[in-house]
Formats: sequence, C-alpha cells, structure tokens
Amino acid sequence: MEVVKETKMGFEETELRLGLPGNSGGGEGEMARKRGFSETVDLKLNLSSKESGADPNNLEKINSLQREKNLLATDPAKPPAKAQVVGWPPVRSFRKNMLAVQKSSTDQEGEKLPGGNATFVKGKMFSSFTIGNCGSHGLKDFLNESKLVDLLNGTDYVPTYEDKDGDWMLVGDVPWDMFAESCKRLRIMKGKEATGLAPRAMEKCKNRSYK
Amino acid sequence: MGPNPKMRKEFFDSTRSSPFPDEVLERVLSLLKSHKDRSAVSLVCKDWYNAESWSRAHVFIGNCYSVSPEIVARRFPRVKSVTLKGKPRFSDFNLVPENWGADVHPWLVVFAAKYPFLEELRLKRMAVSDESLEFLAINFPNFKVLSLLSCDGFSTDGLAAIATHCKNLTQLDIQENGIDDKSGSWLSCFPENFTSLEVLNFANLNTDVNFDALERLVSRCKSLKVLKASKSISLEHLQRLLVCAPQLIELGTGSLMPELTACQYAQLENAFSQLKNLSTLSGLWEASAPYLPLLYPACTNLTFLNLSYAFLQSHELESLLCQCPHLRRLWVLDTVGDKGLEAVGSNCPLLEELRVFPADPFDEEVVHGVTEAGFLAVSYGCRRLHYVLYFCRQMTNAAVATIVQNCPDFTHFRLCIMNPGQPDYLTNEPMDEAFGAVVRTCTKLQRLSVSGLLTDLTFEYIGQYAKNLETLSVAFAGSSDRGMQCMLEGCPKLRKLEIRDCPFGNAALLSGLEKYESMRSLWMSACNVTMNGCRLLAREMPRLNVEVMKDDGSDDSQADKVYVYRSVVGPRRDAPPCKWMKQAAVMGHQRIKIHPTMNCHPGPMHPVKVLQKQEAPGHLTCSNLLSSIIRFPISSSYVHELANNGVCLLTCLNDAYILGMAKDLKRESSGAIQTCEHGGGPVVPVLSPTRLLVVPTMKFKPEIGLRSGRTGLRWAGFSKLRNIFVVNAWEHCVSRT
Repeated sequence: MEVVKETKMGFEETELRLGLPGNSGGGEGEMARKRGFSETVDLKLNLSSKESGADPNNLEKINSLQREKNLLATDPAKPPAKAQVVGWPPVRSFRKNMLAVQKSSTDQEGEKLPGGNATFVKGKMFSSFTIGNCGSHGLKDFLNESKLVDLLNGTDYVPTYEDKDGDWMLVGDVPWDMFAESCKRLRIMKGKEATGLAPRAMEKCKNRSYK
Repeated sequence: MGPNPKMRKEFFDSTRSSPFPDEVLERVLSLLKSHKDRSAVSLVCKDWYNAESWSRAHVFIGNCYSVSPEIVARRFPRVKSVTLKGKPRFSDFNLVPENWGADVHPWLVVFAAKYPFLEELRLKRMAVSDESLEFLAINFPNFKVLSLLSCDGFSTDGLAAIATHCKNLTQLDIQENGIDDKSGSWLSCFPENFTSLEVLNFANLNTDVNFDALERLVSRCKSLKVLKASKSISLEHLQRLLVCAPQLIELGTGSLMPELTACQYAQLENAFSQLKNLSTLSGLWEASAPYLPLLYPACTNLTFLNLSYAFLQSHELESLLCQCPHLRRLWVLDTVGDKGLEAVGSNCPLLEELRVFPADPFDEEVVHGVTEAGFLAVSYGCRRLHYVLYFCRQMTNAAVATIVQNCPDFTHFRLCIMNPGQPDYLTNEPMDEAFGAVVRTCTKLQRLSVSGLLTDLTFEYIGQYAKNLETLSVAFAGSSDRGMQCMLEGCPKLRKLEIRDCPFGNAALLSGLEKYESMRSLWMSACNVTMNGCRLLAREMPRLNVEVMKDDGSDDSQADKVYVYRSVVGPRRDAPPCKWMKQAAVMGHQRIKIHPTMNCHPGPMHPVKVLQKQEAPGHLTCSNLLSSIIRFPISSSYVHELANNGVCLLTCLNDAYILGMAKDLKRESSGAIQTCEHGGGPVVPVLSPTRLLVVPTMKFKPEIGLRSGRTGLRWAGFSKLRNIFVVNAWEHCVSRT
C-alpha cells in the first residue's frame, strides 16, 4: 500500500520513534527507540480488510504516522525526534499507566457504539488540536481536512463526525473552522453506513477528489 | 502502657538540676508535634533528651537506611505512629533497579517486639510484601492507620489480610502503588461487625471490587469521612454509595463514563447535592462534559479539586471552577490549555497550589498542552499561589520573571519544560535568568525543580540566593563542575539534591564532602562521576553510605547511578547484587548450595559458592572467582566453611555493600575469620591467618590495595601471612607470597 511505503521511508530516513505513551519502562533510550521503531513498522493497515472494525490502536498509530509524515513534508529541515529518555519527563509510572489506560479504554469504548463495525476515534483527541489552544508563537495546528480524508483515500470508509447538535455529518461538508468548533466525536464509517447522512453521501464518497 | 514511674525515676539521673519533675517536662514536651522542634529540644541537655524520648509518640524516618529499627526503638520507647520512607525519589521514574531494597519487613519484626501497641504506619517508596501486610495485621492489635504511597511488592491479598484482622482500623489509604491487583474480594474481608473505618482510599486499583461488600461497608461505617473509589466504580454505584455516606469530606469518584438514564442522572444529582461538607473531590476518570454538571452541587465548599485524570477542555474546566469559590488547591491535565488556565486565574482568587500534568508526556510532536501564557494568566489572578508543578513545552525567561513578581511567596517551584535542554523559545537564550528571578524573589523557597537549557549561571544564582532551599532537582543542566559546586557551597539548608544527566564529575562530587552529612541524600545519575570518585568519597566520609548502581553494558569505571546518604548504621546488608559483576566463575571447586538470604527479601536467591578445600597444602589456587561470593548476604555457614579452610576473607576497597556484610560475619571459634572495617579504627585480628584471600568488588590495582594505610587494609596481626591471593574478578587470579 502506498501509504505504508511512504511512511516506511520516512521512518528509515529520520529514525522517528513512535510508540504509545508509557513505552519507556526500562532500558536505555536507544534500545527503547529501536523497539518502538520495529513495532511501528510492523503495523498492518487493515483499513480495506473485510473484517469488522480495524484495530483502533492501529488507527491511532496510523494517525500519528500520518501526522509525522505530513510534518516531515512541511518541514524537511526539522531534526529527527529525540529518542525517549528513561524516566523523563518525570511523570510517575502510576500516572503514566492510568492516562494510557484511559486513552486506550476510551478508544475501545467506541466499539460498543451502535453500528459497532465502525472504528471509533474519540473526539477529544482531536479537540486538543483545535486552533486556539496553541500560543501565537507555537506551532500552528497542522491537522486539516485533507489529512483526515487522505487516511481513507481509496478505501471503503468515510470520515464522519457528530456535531454539537447531535447530528452525524460527513467530514468536508462544512468549512474546517466550523467543523473544528462543532465536532464532538469522529467516526470512521463504512461507506454504506454513511448513506442518509447527507444528501449524496455515497456519491460524494466515490466522486470526491482527494488531495 | 509503659514502665512504671518508679522505674523511670531510676532511669533518670537522680542528681540532676532540673527544677521540676520529669512528668511535668514530659507533659510539656508532649505538646510539641514537629520533629524539627523535637530534635532541637533533645539537644538541650540530657534531661530534655530523655524527656523528649519518652514523650515522642510519632517518629518520622526520612530514609529507612539512615538508622536501624533497633536504634529507633531504643531511643523512643513509646512510639505509636511511624512514618518511613525508603527508595530515592527517582525510583518513581524507573531509575532505580528492582529489588533495590527498602523492605519494610525487618522494621515490622522489631516493632512487633518493641511497639506492640503501634497504631499508625505510613510508608512511602518501601517494598511491602503480602507477608509483611499479614504480619502487620496479626501482630498489632491496636493498629488503626495504614498508608501506602508509591510502594510496591504487594497484592490485594495483603489488603485482604489487613481487612480481616485489623479490628480497630480507621484508615486504609492505598495510593499510587505497584499493586498486583488480583481483584476485589478483599473488601468482603472486613467483618460484618466492623464499623470504625474513617478513611478508605483504593483509587489505585484497576480491577473490579465487590460492590455489595463495599456498599455494606460504607453504610455501616458511620464515621467514614474519606472515600476514594477506583475506576471500576460506576456512576450507578457511586450514587448508592453517596446515599449511604452524605457526611463525606473527601470523595474520589469512580468512572464518570456516561451511562445513566435520565432518572438515574437525577438521583445522582440529588446525591451530590447532599454532600454539604465536601472539601476534596478527585477521581473523575473518563470525565465527560455532559456529566460534569452533576458535580456542581457538591462544589460549594471545595478546597481541593483533583482533575488530573480527567481529560477536560478549557470551557469544561471553567464551568466547573465557577462552582468552586473557595478553591485552594487544583490539579489539572494540560488538555485544558492556556485558555483553561486563564479561567483558573479568573475564578480562583484563593488558589495556593496548582499542578498541571501532561496528558501526553512522551509524544514530542504533539502540539497542545500549556505554555508560558497559561502560567502567566494564573499568576495574575492567583496572588496567593505558593506551590506550583508545571509541565509545559515552552517557556521564556521574561514570563517566569513576571510570574514570580506576581507571586513572590513561592515555597515550591517545580517547572518542567519537557524537552530536555530547551532554551527560551523567544530569545533562544538559556533559562538561567528565569530561575535567577525565582531564587532572588522567592525568599521562602523550599523546593525547586529546574529544567530547560541551563548553564552554570543558574547554579551560581541558586547558591547565592536560595537560602531556604531544602530540596533541589536538576536534570540536563549545567556546563561544568562549577555548577554543582555552587549548589553545595551555597544552599545552607539543602537536604535533598537529585541530579541526572548533567556534566558534573568527581571534582563536583567531592566538593560537597562537608555538606553531605548535613543532608539526607544525594542522587547523581548519568553524570560524569567515576568509581574512583565514589571510592574517594566513601573513604573520606565513613559515615556516608555511597551506593553505586551500574547499568548494563556500561564502562567499568563509570559510576552510572550514585546514591549517597548519611547513616548511623553503616552500609546496609540487603543491597541487590552488583549487576555488572556478571560473570560467575568457580574457583575450581564444587558448587555447594544456595544459602537463604539473611533478611526476608522477596526476590531471587543469590547462589553462593563456597570454597571447599585447597588443592595443595599451603596454596590456594584459583583460576577464576565466582563474583557472587562477595554478594549479600553471606550466611554463617558459609563463613564456617571458609574458616575450615583457613581462609581469611577480607574485603577491601570502599564498596559499601561489602563492608557492611563483612562487619556481620560472625566470629567462629577457630578465629580464622576477621572483618575489616574500612575507614574505621584499625582492626586487630584475633589470630593470624596464613593465607589471605582478597576479593575485590571492583577492579583495583593490587599494589595499592595491599598496602597498608588509607586504602584500608590493616596489617597488624598478619605477621604470619605467607600467601596472599588477590583475585581480580575480571581476569585470572594473581598469586603472591
């Protein structure tokens, strides 16, 4: 898959370390990094598979992969991310574990939603990226619509979201700012599930040109 | 309980000059609560020392290896409450090897004999086993208060033992421990007639608890003031609990995951509104916006709100804060962002403590969290702020200077810029001026954690201005030895210094020789200190324990992790094996058997090999040596074996582990075993051995090791010595005559 190749190249070149938080248990920083590296490279992107519900953890990793890839694309001069240092930042193991557990458990909760064949990405994860949470000198939010949509490029899935009023909308129907402010939850739906969301949702899914 | 007054009179000097009876003095001193005051009082004169000893009911031991339980019991005969701290703080961040020590069991054994009426035990960073918990539960009939913070080694079975046997328990407080959570039947172990519980904190646990048992417990314990539940307690459960316990002062909710019907929601809302006395609210796992309003009715009198496990956004936080006009302490996740902190500044004028934790501490590319703007906003609104813990990804010198101008009363300033060595992001300069401003302006500063790009200048400032500083944490900072020297020469009240990943070497370490005895401890890891530096330190300062932990695969001469602390009992006997002495080799003799360890320490047995007999008369040949011979502990039967072979086991060099053990070797009747205490007075052997086996713990130069004098070997009584065998653990041995 093209996406996989691209990201693989990205990793080898820049030795990014991507792993879930809390991976730094013991061992040297380099060791941890290597382990993390092989973990992420071995990801199987199951988005187009027939089985119900791609692994939400994979999706989270894919999201971060995608973020990494796009970050590199926008700033090729950026130095590689540092290897994780043992015991830094100084957050107690207990707290680390509780936060990680909470994050992944809320991901899993999504599968219990009605129509549970969909993978579920908790909206809060994205809400932290909304413009406005960054300082004026901080890096701008680099998540935008095309990234969300590119993830699912060519697959049977469409990104949808639930807005403030409880309506399920197709991502891309409203301008980004409006989407970012009103989005409460994101949901990756199978194409056929998305019918009736918005007029011609299915057609949109087939016909839209992804960047 | 205690000895009768007549005995006490004889205990005291009968010709003293005190104008009033001891009982009066004791009565007066018993009103003193602070240990610092009590320490001062005990130094006035002998009478006061004695009176203070007799009247002390609570003893605080900041480092369990600085003293022994026997000494404590001898000095303070009537203690009812003990607080004990073990591992160095960096063990919380996985920097201390497992099985490092701090086992509580030896303390419990002594307390069972000397303080059978012990009521309270508070442990922090200790190794606690289920056996120890059971021992505690069974041997102390008056036991009331158990608090375990950041401990490890036990499971819910241990908690079951406490619940089963402690009939008078009032507090069970289990926080942030490494528990083996075998799930919740321990709660059912509280007997049905047990009603004395006032504090129950099991927020730590992950698996389900037996809710019915919990509900019954809560409803029959009418004095319950503090209830902190674990994540497995649902909202529905919570409602039932609150109905039983509207008198709660501190509440830790379980999961706030949305799952209620409208009717249940109303019921829970009602239950919360009954909590008129709530001053602390925590838990709030998986808190989500629709359910936060449930909490509002309970917030009116809140002084402490712990949202550090709730992924809230700024507006959610703001809505909650509007309900808490009396808030003094607030813990949040950085998901609230600078905007959320602005809300803090606007809504919490009485705020004294703020802790902002990172939701994603390890994800570097994440662009969220808080910046200097949030901190600034808080400082403008909360002028009474004196305790801050702040994790952020960017900071400026100017912002910090303004913050401390707004809030000059900081006693605890812990700033963590998460990217190591990051400069002021606007000016690209080091953060020296930020911390300079902190120490200059905040004269009451007791605790400081620094971060960001820092040169020695920061430490010059700290040494010069931080006159009240007691605890200092330094990471990825400094340019040279001078930095550490400034800290050691400057801060007169420094008690705890922890340093990691800084370019401080032996010169820096040794510049603090006079300082360390007035401190509780020093930690240095991933710095430039070598084994030789540590040896020198240990040699010069015999009342310090110098412990070195080495990492796998590191250079022999590097002292990767150094932990130095004062102690009145000398080196400890239960240190873990030196990882770097990996190659176990046999001295050409048969492996005997495994000897049990001296202390009951949960962990793998360390095989100890014993020399059986020499191969030729007058000679001990050896090809290589099993390094574990010198491990802790060596049992007396091993010693006996050595004695039978006419071998004098001597340890030299300044390895704290070995010396400690050597002192414990029992003298066998044959008298062949001697101990050599390094740094102490000369040791005169009872008999003169003919053969000497020198077992170094580190690489050392045989020529230096065998000379008399400051390196430790004493030659008195070795006149008959014919053969000296020096074995280098890394190479084949050398035989000398």
